[in-house]
Amino acid sequence: MANKNTQKEVNRLIQVSVPTNILFNIILLIFALACIIPFIVVVIISFTHENSIAQYGYQIIPKELSLDSYMFLWNERSTILRSLSVSLFVTAIGTVSGVLMTSVLGYVLSRKQYIFRNLLVWMVFIPMIFNGGMVASYAINIQMLKFKNGLHALILPLLVSSFNVVIARTFFQQTIPDAIIESAKIDGASELRIFATIVLPVSTPVLATLGLFLAFGYWNDWYLSMLYITEQSKYSIQYLLQQIVANIEFIAKTPGIGASMQEYVNKMPREGVRMAIAVIIVLPIAIVYPFFQKYFISGLTIGAVKG
Amino acid sequence: MQRSIDNSAKNIPKKKRKLRRDDIELSLLALPTTIWYIIFCYLPMFGIIIAFKDFKITPGKSFFFSLFSSEWIGFSNFDSLFASGRIWILLRNTIAYNIVFIILGIIVPVTLAVMTHLMRNQRAGKVYQTMMFFPHFLSWVVVSYFVYAFINPRNGLIASYAEVLGLPARLNLYRNSKFWIWAFPLINLWKTVGNGMVVYLAAITGIDVSLYEAAVIDGANRRQQVRYITLPSIKPMIIIMFILNVGRIFYSDFGLFYQVTQGIPLPLRNVADTLDTYVFRSLTSNASLGKIAAPTFIQSVACCITILVANGIVRKMDPDSALI
Repeated sequence: MANKNTQKEVNRLIQVSVPTNILFNIILLIFALACIIPFIVVVIISFTHENSIAQYGYQIIPKELSLDSYMFLWNERSTILRSLSVSLFVTAIGTVSGVLMTSVLGYVLSRKQYIFRNLLVWMVFIPMIFNGGMVASYAINIQMLKFKNGLHALILPLLVSSFNVVIARTFFQQTIPDAIIESAKIDGASELRIFATIVLPVSTPVLATLGLFLAFGYWNDWYLSMLYITEQSKYSIQYLLQQIVANIEFIAKTPGIGASMQEYVNKMPREGVRMAIAVIIVLPIAIVYPFFQKYFISGLTIGAVKG
Repeated sequence: MQRSIDNSAKNIPKKKRKLRRDDIELSLLALPTTIWYIIFCYLPMFGIIIAFKDFKITPGKSFFFSLFSSEWIGFSNFDSLFASGRIWILLRNTIAYNIVFIILGIIVPVTLAVMTHLMRNQRAGKVYQTMMFFPHFLSWVVVSYFVYAFINPRNGLIASYAEVLGLPARLNLYRNSKFWIWAFPLINLWKTVGNGMVVYLAAITGIDVSLYEAAVIDGANRRQQVRYITLPSIKPMIIIMFILNVGRIFYSDFGLFYQVTQGIPLPLRNVADTLDTYVFRSLTSNASLGKIAAPTFIQSVACCITILVANGIVRKMDPDSALI
């Protein structure tokens, strides 16, 4: 309690005067608003009536509102849902296996007595400063690993990153006392058992951090789809969004009864639909990230501590 | 990293010891990730020699068989790249934008973090930080839609309000190279400012408050506190971020340059084409793999050298801040 009070006192000492405080608030508010306004604009456009867009263009305060874009997407939900399920599948499998593989290696590297530790440290470190380049990876992935149109093409390349391994290793080094591991070993526990029953249960913060880094990485990836996926049934949601920049018509597949395909395509609220899909992708992120940002912050700070 | 290796070397007795059961178990645990590293990091490193080969696929054989049986042709794959002069434009764009990004990426987030730290209403600071962190979580595809909403020539916001803003109607910014020279740094700053701010603010929060207490007793004003306590305390963090970014100076964010411009229309080629976008375009064309690999070879080698040199310079000036 006393500690908290002195902390507050010191804070008061280093805080700026009221006018400067107002100035700082205004500057920060401008930056903060600039960061979220584009999203709000896109939300507004997605609710704007297509006629209003045709006549006046996008507007901050639209003349006519409508739910047409979302109705259209609901009508075409099979396309969206399939892409969503591809994204969810890739994200789920990739995140779980990525967290496991990263934390396992991080744990092994945190064990000072391990005989090949230095070798593995170098193995993790070298890719941070040198890599074979995109073309060699591309050729190997296509020819040896059969990446063309396989979902593993979207999962494998992002599984492990040296940055994440360093985060895991640093965490284990700082939080798991050697004594606990030694005593478990005296009791005859195997390394796998120690890792699974002693280390993992106390490591939820770092697992959450790694999981979030990976999950956002997978969810937001479209580059791998661009390189390796051509079948429409394997488009991830981000890649679907990427594809409809140029050609939105191809998601129009199910005209209602009595309407010809041509009429249906002509009538679709193109501009609104584009923005509506963007909203569908961003909204879950916008809702969740404020609750998870502390894990990101801890990950970023651990990662920047030199190993 | 290097230092940790030295440290651990001190902890372990120097003499060679026998493989124990733990070692075998730990090796087994590390095996899956090790295999991943070999396939996705180390095999491509051997693959880099593709830039010096007349690469021909031997049907029915593995990539490496084809690679090693292809003929060595020295620097021929680099000829057209240098003869057309294209490489200089690519290098100029890649490096120049990165330099601007690095400078902005230090000055703006550090300033904002220091300001947030000095604010009287810390809770508002948290809110600002959360808002600024938002773009970090978006993919470049989504960002390209945000940009599209503003600048598409038919009905984008700028087109809608062109009269009010005093701009010519039907202004197609997607074909306006001057616009993008300014837009790239701005968009990049927009996406990364929150991330940088979070890192620096975390570093500032970790500063021992007694330092400020002592400074106040010594009569330091706020400007002096920032200059002599806050900034020096976060200097190591700034240097780490600097080295990490300098190490990527030959790489560009493909999403920013390719996706946000909607595939780099022809009029933008000279201001928006970077090594990565060039390589991607070549990959989707029919060019030989060896020719496409030439710029990636330059990228890999140049980057490795840059990061070592940058680290060396930092190490000379301030040994404690060096990364390696």
